[in-house]
Order: sequence, then structure tokens, then C-alpha cells
Amino acid sequence: MAVNKNINVLIVDDYTTMLRIIKNLLKQLGFNNVDEATDGTMALEKIKTKEYGLVISDWNMEPMTGLELLKQVRGSTADFKNVPFIMVTAESKTENVVAAKQAGVNNYIVKPFNAETLKTKIAAVLGEF
Amino acid sequence: MSESAAQITNAVEGNSKRDKLVKIIGTMLDKVEQASSQTRDSMYSELVELKRVIEESKQEITIARPGDIKRKDIPTATDELDAVIAATAQATAEIMDSCDAIQNAAGEIGGEAADKINAEVMKIFESCSFQDITGQRIKKVVTTLRSIEERVERLISLLGDRAGNITGDDDTRVGDARLLNGPQLPEKAVSQDDIDKLLAEFD
Repeated sequence: MAVNKNINVLIVDDYTTMLRIIKNLLKQLGFNNVDEATDGTMALEKIKTKEYGLVISDWNMEPMTGLELLKQVRGSTADFKNVPFIMVTAESKTENVVAAKQAGVNNYIVKPFNAETLKTKIAAVLGEF
Repeated sequence: MSESAAQITNAVEGNSKRDKLVKIIGTMLDKVEQASSQTRDSMYSELVELKRVIEESKQEITIARPGDIKRKDIPTATDELDAVIAATAQATAEIMDSCDAIQNAAGEIGGEAADKINAEVMKIFESCSFQDITGQRIKKVVTTLRSIEERVERLISLLGDRAGNITGDDDTRVGDARLLNGPQLPEKAVSQDDIDKLLAEFD
């Protein structure tokens, strides 16, 4: 299955630097419908009001972390509960990856990362480019 | 247990730490009452020695000026680290602004050259993620410092005002060495305009 680059993508990170980097990388990969949120709470509000085809979220944010956001999304009964979710984080311990997987994450990228890694992980979740 | 020890125990009931201490004292008093005079003298000497060690330890801690650590040293360190995060964030944003401008210009050129430029600019973008990683590392250090600050505060409260109020100049450097203090925090920094005005006063 080929990836649909017209989907809406939500990127979530409390560092504006990372938001810009990921947005730019996504643009290079052909994704132009990209929204931003700076924490889990803001992201959840956006997810409730707009249909997204992919969420790319940091973990370490306040007040709502990326893991809590993932749990709330997966625990919902709404249509968005199965939205593809990629965690992009500096938290690289085994227990973190396990916790994210148990919460329903589709893929996991450890910071720092490059465009190729992002492309590979998106392809694994959404389909080949 | 002796009557006096039992009274003490009852008076501080509810405070577990004191309960334990009083229990120990009570046990000791019982033993002292039952002990021979030689044993009592020996125990007294031990207690005097213990008191001396405690007093010396308190003095050592006081000399270390825990009040300064809490009021000055740790807040200064955390402010400096916050300034590092802010400065790198600003610099990274400016680098990425320039990257955007280069990519736009490359788009106008088009062709193979533009592709090469864009590929290199992407590497710059990727490298800019250092700001996020270093920022998170610095935040961990700040959290550790704040934890130390809390422990020092508890230490001060245990030692009383004597330790907390002692402050002083712990800068042991002399001469020109005292002028080397690194970059100033933005809110404390003297501007180039101020420096120019100051220099002008010498003319």
C-alpha cells in the first residue's frame, strides 16, 4: 500500500525547535498538511476537532505527556482512537519502549534522528513511499 | 524503664522519630541504673566523645555555609543553565530561519543544484535537534540542583539559624583572576551602549 501524503499530520512537541525540524522533514517527504501542538492537552483538543491520519508526538511534555496523550487517544471510544501514532523521544530505555507499545504506539523514534529514519518509520506505519 | 524516661516517652507520643530516640534513651537510662560505677563512667566518657563529634560536625557544616549554597550558589547555577537553554534556542531558531531562506532561494534556482542545496540544508535541520537534546539534559541537571537545594534547606532547618545565616565571600581568587566570571546573564548584562558610554567617559 502506498502512503497517502494528503493526510493531516499532527506533530506534538514542547520544543519549537523540534516542531520546526519535524515539520520541515515532513515537508521534504511530501506531507504539507501539518498542524502543531506544544503539549498533550493541546494535541488532544486538536485530535477531537479534526481528523488526522498520523500523530507524531514527543513523550516528555507538561502538563500532559506524550504517553498520557497516547493512552487517552487509545482509551477513547471516538473514531480517532485508532489514529496511527509515532512516539519521537529522547526516552530510550527499554521500559519506556515497552510502556509505549503497551499503550498502543505504532512506532518509536529515538532523538536525535534523521530524515531517513523518519521516512522509514512513517512507511512502516502508513505504507511505502 | 525509669519513670522520667517513661514521662518523656509519653510527652512526645505521635512523633515516630522522637519516639525512637526516647526509647533508646530510656533503654540507656535503664542500663545506667543497673550498671556498675565503672560501666557508668565508661558510658559517660563515650557520651562526651559523641557530643564532641556532633559539635565538630555541626561546626564543619556551618563553615561550609549551607545558607550561601541555598540562597546564592544553586540559584546562580540554575539561572546560568536556564540562560544556556534560552540562548541555544534563540541561536537555533535563527539558524533555521536562514535555512528556510536558503531553501526558498534554492527553489527559485531549481534543478540539480537546488536539490543538492536542499539536501545539505536538511542536514543542518537535523543537526539542530541538538538544542532539544541538550535542553532536556540541562533540565535534568537543574532538577538535580533543585533537589540538592531542598536537602540543604532541610539541613539548615535542622542546624538552626546559626548555619543558615552565615554568608560570606567564598571567592578565593585574587587580582585579575577575580575579573574572569564568564558571560553575564541577560538581565544582569551590561549592554554595548552602556560600555560605549562608559568608555566615552574616559575620553
